[in-house]
Amino acid sequence: MYSEKVMDHFANPRNVGEIEGANAVGEVGNAKCGDIMKIYMDIEDNIVKDVKFKTFGCGAAIATSSMATEMVKGKTVDEALALTNKAVMTALDGLPPEKIHCSVLAEEAIHAAISDYKRKMGEEVPATGCTGCCSGCAKSADEHK
Amino acid sequence: MAESVYMDNNATTCLRREVLEEMMPYFTDIFGNGSSKFYETGRKAQNAIYEARRKVAELIGASVNEVYFTASGCESDNWAIKGVASAYKDKGNHIITSSIEHHAVLSSCEYLEKHGFEVTYLPVDENGRVDPDDVRSAITDKTILISIMTVNNEIGTIQPIKEIAGIAKEKKVIFHTDAVQAGGHMPLDVKELGVDMMSLSAHKFHGPKGVGMLYIRNGVKTDNLIHGGGQERGKRAATENTAGIVGFASALEIAVRDMDKNTEKMRMMRDRLINGIKERIPYCRLNGPSGDLRLCNNVNFSFRYIEGESILMLLDMKGICASSGSACASGSLDPSHVLLAIGLPHEIAHGSLRLSVSEFTTDEEVDYVLEVLPPIIQRLRDMSPLYENIEK
Repeated sequence: MYSEKVMDHFANPRNVGEIEGANAVGEVGNAKCGDIMKIYMDIEDNIVKDVKFKTFGCGAAIATSSMATEMVKGKTVDEALALTNKAVMTALDGLPPEKIHCSVLAEEAIHAAISDYKRKMGEEVPATGCTGCCSGCAKSADEHK
Repeated sequence: MAESVYMDNNATTCLRREVLEEMMPYFTDIFGNGSSKFYETGRKAQNAIYEARRKVAELIGASVNEVYFTASGCESDNWAIKGVASAYKDKGNHIITSSIEHHAVLSSCEYLEKHGFEVTYLPVDENGRVDPDDVRSAITDKTILISIMTVNNEIGTIQPIKEIAGIAKEKKVIFHTDAVQAGGHMPLDVKELGVDMMSLSAHKFHGPKGVGMLYIRNGVKTDNLIHGGGQERGKRAATENTAGIVGFASALEIAVRDMDKNTEKMRMMRDRLINGIKERIPYCRLNGPSGDLRLCNNVNFSFRYIEGESILMLLDMKGICASSGSACASGSLDPSHVLLAIGLPHEIAHGSLRLSVSEFTTDEEVDYVLEVLPPIIQRLRDMSPLYENIEK
């Protein structure tokens, strides 16, 4: 069902935890849908110096969180923002079709953390959140925001 | 201990060796078609099928001509519901069932709704029990069928079948029970229960997969689901699965013979798991009733703040086979309809785990699960953002 890479990142997730005094925190998903990802970043000089995650969700949710944090660690803010769910999926050697939304959540969680950072830096950033992509509840995408 | 600890006996059970041995000749030497009576291998197959039917009839308190073999519990449920709906459509178009039935029943009812039938899906209480009074008040002059499962396959709730059957009889409505999960685990005498139709499946009681049975009381009409040859008294076409039918009867015979001893053993292991989990793991909830109202081999817990598929994957890494009602584990978007029907919010339903034992489960295996499960739950909670504020 899952690739070896997904299993590896699920069994040995990288960057699990919280960062005390993180200057960028993003949380997406909701408990009703069965997955929530929370990303903590320590951004210095426009570089993601450290990144940690906490995830409530299935094996793919945990693995995509782990892989996404690995992929943005040490990158510039703009490079991190360029992370796509497709890149996360490719890095994990693919996901089953019904788990693609987990990679979307991982991308959104990274973006949400960076939006939080930019807001703290005084930039105007539109609100982000669950896009309703998983169709796990009756709410429309707009209601999630 | 064995390499794999099988704790998913509500999904399926292992085939019993003695049953396999009974079946073996009908795969090879006695391969004849049960309908070919003019030569010996055909006659032998026919006799074996008859003997199996006689045995099963005796074990469930039915007549030989009320036992129909099918290819699965699912087929039996489909046949009972669609067959009765079709045969009695001139009498009425209303069916009563519960909201926690197996999908074999629910999807058959949904199919009929698309063809002009009306279906009432009765609610259940917090333990998954159907209130017989609700059944009574749902009956209208258009009601032709009531179908309520004997035991729920996810949370082990035993339904008040005898009472509901009594109401159905009084109101002259046909009553079917999906007893697939109950088969071999509790006494199922159709006369004692008062049911008109009952579905069973061999692989739930250490028989082979691919063979089920439908009891149809004499006098109840059902249209065919499968048309073709004249097998099963013209009601269910298809060359008989001789080995499977022999295996069905043999497995049920042993299950009934050893029922008292084995169910007591399973009940003890079930309660050791339930009490052990409650003692060792905080923020958990037993889904379904306790004690005598619960199937002897079923355990179902919700663990807050975590998701079921992750639990299954970590258990699998420790060699433990289990199942979950989470959306991810079921491959759908919603968690189990049963857990939602007993009133669990989605987020708690996502964190469910079902463990189900058999007579072949050992005390060491129960101990192993109790040792391995708590750190798995803790590990996932430590990773969960929902748990962050709880531990502080």
